[in-house]
Amino acid sequence: MKFVTQTLVLLILLAVGVGFAVTLPQFDDTSDLLALDADADRGELVFHAAGCASCHAPPGADDKSLLSGGARFISDFGTFIAPNISQDPDFGIGAWDVHMFAAAVRQGLAPDGSHYYPAFPYASYAKMSDQDIVDIFLYMRGLPSSSTPSLAHEVAFPFNIRRAIGVWKARYLTDDWILDDIRTDQLERGRYLVEGLGHCAECHTPRDILGGLVRSKWMGGAPNPSGDGRIPNIRPDALGWSALEIADYLETGFTPEFDVAGGSMKAVVENYAKLPASDREAVAAYLLSIR
Amino acid sequence: MKLRPAVTALAVATTVFVGSVATAQDFTNQIGARQGMFKMNGVSIGILAGIARGRIDYDAELAQAAADNLVNVSQFNQAPLWPEGSDSDAVATTAALPAIWENYDDFLSKFADFGTAALAIQAVAGDGAGAIGGALGGLGATCGACHDAYQKSR
Repeated sequence: MKFVTQTLVLLILLAVGVGFAVTLPQFDDTSDLLALDADADRGELVFHAAGCASCHAPPGADDKSLLSGGARFISDFGTFIAPNISQDPDFGIGAWDVHMFAAAVRQGLAPDGSHYYPAFPYASYAKMSDQDIVDIFLYMRGLPSSSTPSLAHEVAFPFNIRRAIGVWKARYLTDDWILDDIRTDQLERGRYLVEGLGHCAECHTPRDILGGLVRSKWMGGAPNPSGDGRIPNIRPDALGWSALEIADYLETGFTPEFDVAGGSMKAVVENYAKLPASDREAVAAYLLSIR
Repeated sequence: MKLRPAVTALAVATTVFVGSVATAQDFTNQIGARQGMFKMNGVSIGILAGIARGRIDYDAELAQAAADNLVNVSQFNQAPLWPEGSDSDAVATTAALPAIWENYDDFLSKFADFGTAALAIQAVAGDGAGAIGGALGGLGATCGACHDAYQKSR
């Protein structure tokens, strides 16, 4: 009996120890960022491609450059409320340096080492290049400040244990690309936009019970967590659009039947209309190469 | 005469049954008509967008016909097409949200916005691809505004 108890205590300690180690924040070394020349104009395009304002601008705002937060995102795990990421040093991210910014965007780590919820799509942004990080950081430096306080997420036990997000990250964060067979520069760019900045899969790919993307059903459509209807399957066989039609849609919002994008895609189209045509064509090429 | 209540019950049941089937099918024509109306707009916008993007050669007559047709649709009295109850909760084949009937004046005002944008494109349809392209964005925005509020996402 004593042996059993000892074994049990040992196992529990081991589990706690492993859990503790896995959930410890590990900041990447980002000292290389300092060697890069930043460009705010390029950063603006990164900002649009990543869709930052679609979530962080206040709901219904015409001015999408004031990133004071407040939009609510309903999910199976609770309601997440977009925080203030404006340039205010106290209420936004105005006091951050580029290393803190990189850790937040690519690793989902706050400056104090706590984990962000993956409603913030850092699992996709993890692919963001060093150059894009310094460019977007510089661009955002020029955006206005707001002293609107961020609101706490409305998330119940057990999902309110931030530490546990470290386990989620260990399970789901990966550097691997979905599409391996990249034969052209255009496809590589499309992959970077779709799997990285554009974070398309965050809505278009179904999730498992713990909220991780089911990579085998890549872009296969998913229930809409915040409303009725489904997020559409955009695999080529299901979508049935040509490259031209996809690129046109991302620029104008018109489907091939000349229906008009509604819902969240409206904001995506607003952003992608601001990118060079070559980027929209790259997204189209990528989507058509999904098998 | 014991049969009488049974016959009455049967008659009542039949009436209710037939009645409910009839109700469920009642909106087929209206829903089909309004979906056809939007498809007509799709054809018109397809021509105008194709010209604006240089995929179709500019043809003044064709452009004018497409723009005129948008205006014609916008002037079709909508009331008979949107009977109460012909919504996406009641009928699987429609994407018309019940919110339409909760905000019917706003719905009609959004449809009127489409009419204003259609008139704007009608006015410039003869002026070439560039002018059409310039008016097309405003038209698309009126479609999107209504879809956002009143179309069930698919």
